[in-house]
Formats: sequence, C-alpha cells, structure tokens
Amino acid sequence: MRASLRKDFAKHKILYAMAVPLVVYYVVFHYFPMYGAVIAFQDYNPGAGIFGSEWVGLKHFHDFITGPYFWRLLRNTFLLSFYSLLFGFPAPILLALLINELRSEILKRFVQSITYLPHFISVVVISGIVIDLTNSNGLINNIIEMLGGERSTLTANPALFRTIYVSSSIWTELGWGSIIYLAALSTVNPHLYEAAEMDGAGRLRKAIHITLPAIRPVIVILLILQMGRLLSVGWEKVLLLYNPLVYETADVIATYVYRRGLEQADYSFSAAIGLFNSIVNFILLIAANKISQKTNETSLW
Amino acid sequence: MRDTGLSSRLFDAANVALMFVLMAVTLYPMLYVLFASFSDPVLLANEKGVLLRPVGFSTEAYELVFQNPQIWNGFKNTFLYVGVGTVFSLTCTALGAYTLSRKGLFWNKPILMLVVFTMFFSGGLIPLFLLVKGLGLMNTLWAVILPNAISAYNLIVMRTFFQGISEELIESARMDGANDAVIFVKIVLPLSWAVISVIGLFYAVSEWNSWFNAAIFLRERTKYPLQLLLREILVQNQVDYSMISTAEMDSMLAKRMIKYSAIIVSTVPILFVYPFLQKYFVKGVMIGSLKE
Repeated sequence: MRASLRKDFAKHKILYAMAVPLVVYYVVFHYFPMYGAVIAFQDYNPGAGIFGSEWVGLKHFHDFITGPYFWRLLRNTFLLSFYSLLFGFPAPILLALLINELRSEILKRFVQSITYLPHFISVVVISGIVIDLTNSNGLINNIIEMLGGERSTLTANPALFRTIYVSSSIWTELGWGSIIYLAALSTVNPHLYEAAEMDGAGRLRKAIHITLPAIRPVIVILLILQMGRLLSVGWEKVLLLYNPLVYETADVIATYVYRRGLEQADYSFSAAIGLFNSIVNFILLIAANKISQKTNETSLW
Repeated sequence: MRDTGLSSRLFDAANVALMFVLMAVTLYPMLYVLFASFSDPVLLANEKGVLLRPVGFSTEAYELVFQNPQIWNGFKNTFLYVGVGTVFSLTCTALGAYTLSRKGLFWNKPILMLVVFTMFFSGGLIPLFLLVKGLGLMNTLWAVILPNAISAYNLIVMRTFFQGISEELIESARMDGANDAVIFVKIVLPLSWAVISVIGLFYAVSEWNSWFNAAIFLRERTKYPLQLLLREILVQNQVDYSMISTAEMDSMLAKRMIKYSAIIVSTVPILFVYPFLQKYFVKGVMIGSLKE
C-alpha cells in the first residue's frame, strides 16, 4: 500500500503539484473555519486564541435556545425559505414548460435572454431598486394610489417583508432557474413526441407524459438541495433589505449571527448559533436525500 | 405534424401574450431606473404616475456621479479586485480541475470529496472572520478576494469539460516526451478557451457584484469597491421625502438622483459582457448539471 502510494505520487508529481493551490485553499478557507467553530464551545478570548480559551461546553447553545429570540429567528428563517420554496421552486419549472411550447425559436431565445438578465445584477443594486420602488414616493405606491389605496413605506411594514423578499427573488431568479430544466428538455428525443402524436396525443398529454418525466430527475435533485437549505436563506439580501422596524418578520439566524458576532464582537455565542444552523441544514439535507432514495430512487450521492 | 386545432392555437396565443407580459415585468424596474436617471429631478419628485420615458430631460444625475471622486475611486478598486481576483481564481480552478479530471490518481477521489463536502457544510461566518483576522489579512485586497476564491461549482464544470478532451491526444503528446505541465499548457488550454472564458466571466461578474467580504474585512473607505459605496447610496441613505424642508430639498434631490445614475453606471459593465456570458453559460450550466 505504502509503496504503491509512493509510486502514485512519483508518477503524477506534476499533476499533484498543480492541485496544491486548490487543496491549500480548501483546507485554509473551508476546513480551518470548521475547526475554528470549536469556539462555539468556549468563551473565546481574542488574546488567548482558540487554544487558550476556556471551555464552556454547551453553554452558548443553551443560552441561544432558551433566549428571547430563538423562536422568532427559527420561524423567520424557516418561513422565508419555505415561501421562497413554495413560490420560487415551481415558477422556473412552469416557465421552462411554457418556453418549451413556444413555436418560434427566435421568441424562445428572446424570452430567455431577457429573463436571465436580472440574475447578473448585483444584490446591492437589486435591493436598492426594491427599496426605491417600495418607498412611499416610489413606483409601487404611485400604482397603489392610482388604484385608490394609501401611500406607505412598504419596507417598514413587517407584514410585507416576506412578500417583498420572495417576489423580488422570483424576479431575479425565475429565468436563471429555468435554464437547467430547458437543458434537460433539450436532451429529449424528438421521436418520442412523434410517436405520441401517432397515438393521437394532444399537447397537454405530451407535456404530461413526455416533457415532465424528462425533467423529473432534475426536479428531484434540486428539491433535495433546496430542502438542505431550508434554514439558510439568501441572507445577503435580507441584510440589505431589512431594517429594525421589520426585525419581527425579517431577522433570520444568519443576520442575527452577523449583528451579534461582527457588530457586537460576541464571537463564541454567534459562532454557536452559526454552527447550530449548519448542523440543522446538514441534517435536513441528509433526511431529504434519504426520503428521495426510498421513494424516487434518485439520490445526490 | 403540428396541432392546428382551435384550442391549441388559443393556447399558443395566450402563451405568447404571457411571455410578453413576463418580459415587460422583468425589464420594467430596470427601465424605470434608466428613465428616472435621465429625468429632471424636480419634475421627477412630483411625478405620481408610471414612468414610460424620462420626465423632462437632464443629465444632472450623471454629472453628479462622475464628479464624485469616491465613485471613481470605487471603480478603480473594483477593477483591481476583479482583475486580480479573476486571474487568481481562474488559475487555481483550472489547475485543480485538470488534475481532478485525470484518471488513475489515487488522491483525486479524496480531494473531490473534500471539495464537495464544503458545498453542504460550513464552519460559519464567525470562524471565517477570525481566520482572516488571524492571518493578518484585514483591510487588504486578499481579504476581499481569498474567502470566495474558488467556487466548487465552477471547479466541477471545468473538470467535466477537461474530462471530455481526447485521451489519445494527451497520450500521444506524452509519447513525444511532454510532461503533464507541458501537456496542460500546449494541448489542453488551447482546446479549452470556451470553458476558460465562461468560468472567467463567472468569476469576474461575481467579484464585480460582491460586497460582503469588503464590508466586513475592509476598514478604510479609500479601499471600498463600488458595490460598497452603492450600498451606502442606495440602502443606507434612506430618506423620508415628506419630512424635509424646501431648503434641504436640493441636496435631498441630489441624493435621490445620484441613486439612479449610480445604478446605471455600475450595471452597464455587466450589460456589456452579458452577450458574451449568455453565449456560453447555457452550455456551461448544461455540462455541469447534467453530467453530475
């Protein structure tokens, strides 16, 4: 074993040397922080470092779970992801099916080019546009007033935060999300459609019996991945869109970690919350994958 | 072999109409910003309808942006971060992806697992912050670039592309005495410009758009990239227009106007590379997603 490993190294030493930056990067910027997460079990003291700080066991986890914000954060994080999934997941599938039914190739490409575009615009700009449009003097309020409603600053209303977040995400990600389904559809053998037509199948039946089954494995894989992210919302956008007026519905685990950890330098406590979040996500992913293995025989690994 | 029944044609008409509505809804917020940026500030402030073209016409907003030395400095910093970051990320990704694409290397599987695991589990924000601090990278270019230098997804797309390169070609070069480094530079790279440019553009766009690393790791304003200045202009400077006196109105209007022109100015470069991105990314997504 040793000898063959040494031979493997000697034979491929240039190739292995080429992979050194990659491995160093992953070890330093991904695995070291995983090890660094042990400060969640310490009272981290910057002077003493990871190796010298006092161990406190599960104290921070206990404080978090029994603390005043635990349920609010869990609820907000879960609901924001859940609504994103509920509305944001089927939307690109529907779009892909509709694009697939378009007869004009030029229109197909045109629709795709336009709907992919917002995906490439920075989250800062997207959030800035959303804030401007929902401002009490903004476009959406102009429309509300024209329809006979009252003006208000929409981003200051806790009842609207989730709607604003989810709908703006659909705006930016709808087209981009459909690419993968369209790619899967492009691999469908056209003879299948012709054979179905011979049997007298209409368009709806072709869509149900040929098109949908063709993208089913992709749907399942993406759904599993989304399940694993139920407690990790796109929090960069939350951080940009929220304000203290809407913490009641907008504050999620990651933004709380950001405020406690980086604004108040409460390192150990916020590291514990972050670790809690990572572990729950990982468990959700494994569970979703297991369920899928049992019911669909489709699995991530 | 086309359905020409009435219901089928009705569906087509409704579908096309729906697509046009969808495109209009997708584009309108961006067009609104464009129209607003060319509007006359005073007229715009009193506008209570839906903009279908600039109200009045003024380039004042653009003058405000281009006269602002901080924005110029932000552009300069962003170009630096995008330039260094893209070259660095692309180099590391391409080298690693090539190694991982070769068959028969004992360590390839463990390395790949090392990479893929990070797509599902992370140590969290705070340990990363303390790491960057501990490495002494605070307030440097490297703190902005390094934490997201390699994307596992881009790496896998590249690896899949390299796996498709003809094995015979590589073997025959080896017969001629070329080593792996020579093969990579002389044979593989020239065949891979498509994937290199897609992944390069992906890295460049994501570095252009990124703001969070800069927000937590940079201390000096003179090092801020454009997106961080944009955040100040767009997100943190929220003013309630009904609460201000006429004397303050002018500077408030200026602040509002600079929002629109700043969005346009910072997004135009993305629109400029978009056709190139679009030409290749669908392929890129396909390779990465369908072959797993």
